Amino acid sequence: MNAEKLRTEKEVQTKHTCYHCGEDCLDEIIVQDNHEFCCDGCSVVYDLLKENDLCRYYSIDGAQGISPDKAYFKGKYDYLDLPEISEKMLEFTDGRLSRVNWQIPKMHCSSCIWLLEQLYRINPAIRSSVVNFPEKKVRITFEAGEIDLSELAGLITRLGYEPYISLNDVEGKQIKKWNRTRLYKIGIAGFAFGNIMMLSFPEYFHLGNSSSDQNLRTMFGILNFALSLPVFFYCASDFFKSAWSALRGKYLNIDAPIALALLCVFLTSIYQIVSETGPGYFDSLAGAVFFMLVGRYFQDKTYAGISFERDYKSYFPVAVSVFNKGIETRKPITDLSPRDQIVVRNEELIPADSVLLSSRAMIDYSFVSGESEPVERNVGDTIYAGGKQTGPAIELEVLREVSQSYLTQLWNHDTFSKEKEDQNHTLAARINKYFSVIVLIIAAITFLVWFIILKNPETAFRAFTTCLLVACPCALLLSSTFTNGNLLGLFGKHRFYPKNAHTIERLAHIDTVVFDKTGTITQANEADVEFIGRELSDEELVMIKTIAMQSSHPLSRMIVKSLNGVSASRRSLGQYAESGGAGIKALWGKKEVKLGSAKWVGEKLAENIQNDASHVYISIEDNICGYFTIKSKYRPELEKTIKSLQNNGYQTYLLSGDKPTDKALLKPIFGHDYNLFFNQKPEEKLHFIENLQSKLGRNVLMVGDGLNDAGALRQSDVGIAISDDINNFSPSCDAIVEGSQLALLPAYMKLARSGQQIIKVSFGISLFYNIAGLTFAVSGNLSPVIAAILMPVSSVTIVAFTTLASNLAARKWIKK
Amino acid sequence: MTAFYVMIIASLLIALGFLAAFMWSVKKGHYDDDYTPAVRILLDDHEILTTKTIKQKSDQKTL
Repeated sequence: MNAEKLRTEKEVQTKHTCYHCGEDCLDEIIVQDNHEFCCDGCSVVYDLLKENDLCRYYSIDGAQGISPDKAYFKGKYDYLDLPEISEKMLEFTDGRLSRVNWQIPKMHCSSCIWLLEQLYRINPAIRSSVVNFPEKKVRITFEAGEIDLSELAGLITRLGYEPYISLNDVEGKQIKKWNRTRLYKIGIAGFAFGNIMMLSFPEYFHLGNSSSDQNLRTMFGILNFALSLPVFFYCASDFFKSAWSALRGKYLNIDAPIALALLCVFLTSIYQIVSETGPGYFDSLAGAVFFMLVGRYFQDKTYAGISFERDYKSYFPVAVSVFNKGIETRKPITDLSPRDQIVVRNEELIPADSVLLSSRAMIDYSFVSGESEPVERNVGDTIYAGGKQTGPAIELEVLREVSQSYLTQLWNHDTFSKEKEDQNHTLAARINKYFSVIVLIIAAITFLVWFIILKNPETAFRAFTTCLLVACPCALLLSSTFTNGNLLGLFGKHRFYPKNAHTIERLAHIDTVVFDKTGTITQANEADVEFIGRELSDEELVMIKTIAMQSSHPLSRMIVKSLNGVSASRRSLGQYAESGGAGIKALWGKKEVKLGSAKWVGEKLAENIQNDASHVYISIEDNICGYFTIKSKYRPELEKTIKSLQNNGYQTYLLSGDKPTDKALLKPIFGHDYNLFFNQKPEEKLHFIENLQSKLGRNVLMVGDGLNDAGALRQSDVGIAISDDINNFSPSCDAIVEGSQLALLPAYMKLARSGQQIIKVSFGISLFYNIAGLTFAVSGNLSPVIAAILMPVSSVTIVAFTTLASNLAARKWIKK
Repeated sequence: MTAFYVMIIASLLIALGFLAAFMWSVKKGHYDDDYTPAVRILLDDHEILTTKTIKQKSDQKTL
């Protein structure tokens, strides 16, 4: 009889939802001011808001509140007041006013924005606070002498919005701030483009040829020249720098022909103005630069709140509690030295390799090694940095400094210094090489024909330079930049965030997909729980739930979660005892209740018990009632996703750091079991992918989530990190996808492939324009008006085509 | 004819003025966040005056 059936037999109770956070009130209902709250945390926040007249919070978006972090304790943020730390934290200070810019991952709605900007009403020492929602940051200006950083952090934590402060904020490379220079360049180029075109208008209509207008023509020419100066020297500088550095490295990259074309156009135009033989082509010059800069801006879009460059420092906290002569203080982890005694609480990270001083610890290494169950360690054992303690606080003695720990050695692997990107191997770059060579040949032949055969040197020069102008591969460049830029936006709408356009191109060439298990294809914190045994009475269910709630072991937590229709009792339990790896027991009144392994409750294991789940046996007064089976829950669309990938010709593998308990379950999903590998250490995962690439010549896509996947993600051609909370730490990768959207992976890859085809087709369109223009140029007849018309018309056509085509492709492949 | 010269110069100067305004707004950070200000204007500002806020305001004035 399973628990589900028991639950439905109960009477349906009226639903109570918390006024603050909107969750159901399950175990207890706190009533205050005619409102119901699900827990102490929520009612405390309500009190705080009410006291400061901030109850408007609830009328903006409903019950969007957040229950404050239960791990908070007074003194948690004391380390922020240490001078060397606050110096790095503060964005600005002048002794009177200080400013800090913190990331608040829990920010999620307009109520949050409103509340975080009303902080000055809670504490008058706070002058103002401004939220930047896309970056999930809040900038707080406060009076330096009146409130400490630790108090400030404590205040927002108590409201439910704790700041995310990691080692990366204090040391380690700062994430690059958004570049404003791009916008300056686009502004100037656009300004120049528009004004030069305006001044060139008479020329388009062949006006002003009479002698009385000669002065005006000269003036317009000089003005055009003046306007083009900032465009050529400032706005186009990136193209020149890139081409020059490639030239010094003795190869040509995609910017080289652009730089050459711009230079020729500029010089020809100057010559025409000075010798009064023509008006010059400054409008095409400015137009080309403007369109290319706009294209690059869209293509290099970085997502404000997401970072692809995080290393382990973003995962580590800044400080840890240290015992010094019996007094507990907070110390930055970079100051830890061997033989320091530290205290690590429940759910806190162990910052350095240390020796356990307490009698027992349960360490959760799932993020580091992929093992889903915590491991037990006893006094005297070495505990490696990166694991989380689950259970009561433990004391440790530091063995090695943070920078010498095993985890850091992992990150110093060679793979992390290799550059994955090579701008010269993009589709655009390759086509460009052929195109540039062909055009140069045509231009040279034209020049020779005019110069030698037709004996017209002036036309020869004009024909040569206009050939280069028309053949400016700007249209080619625009094809790829706008297609990829649009694709980035389309992917983003479906919560798949590739790092840049180059990643999309590499995605299109993938033929093998490797998955990690824990956290990637399994849903963390969820499990299938079933009870097998005799029927349990209501009182017995309450008993089991109350006892299980005392333990922080993941299996106990799953049992508690599955019994969510049952309310736990507040009754105190006698003689509660927990034995790691075995089970828990307590006295319920006079009855002894045990929950745990078969051995713990005294059951002799039969031979045919399946080994694919964890079993938690229940015994009441030594009578075994049955057991719970707890299976990890896999993402619901997993089988469909894998089958779809296999049908499209991709090879699939599974690399897991966990034990092979679910092998039988996974076999039907993957089709066979020779592609499933378990107990993989991080280095083994890396080498596996390396082998696939070098020995079998495959292009590998790796999907993972933990630190144990970091090396493999880096080694693979494209590494995707799964994250259920985009703003939390994810290891260095090429793309981030939200867990619920993993099912769309085959669709994303098809879209990337379509993107490549769209780029090729739009190259064809631009070729058409180029040929049309070349025919004019070769005959020496390319007047400025034709050039000026061709440039924007071709650009607009290509932009329109690529945008429409990629939107259509997205609609085709990604059907919700 | 001189009218043309004056007019062209004048229009260019005006256009330059707009460009300067654009650059200034980028510099001041107006383009750093293009999402939150839209939300902010929809959250209006009524303050329910209770004795606490009145006292706070008068305290701030005397500071």
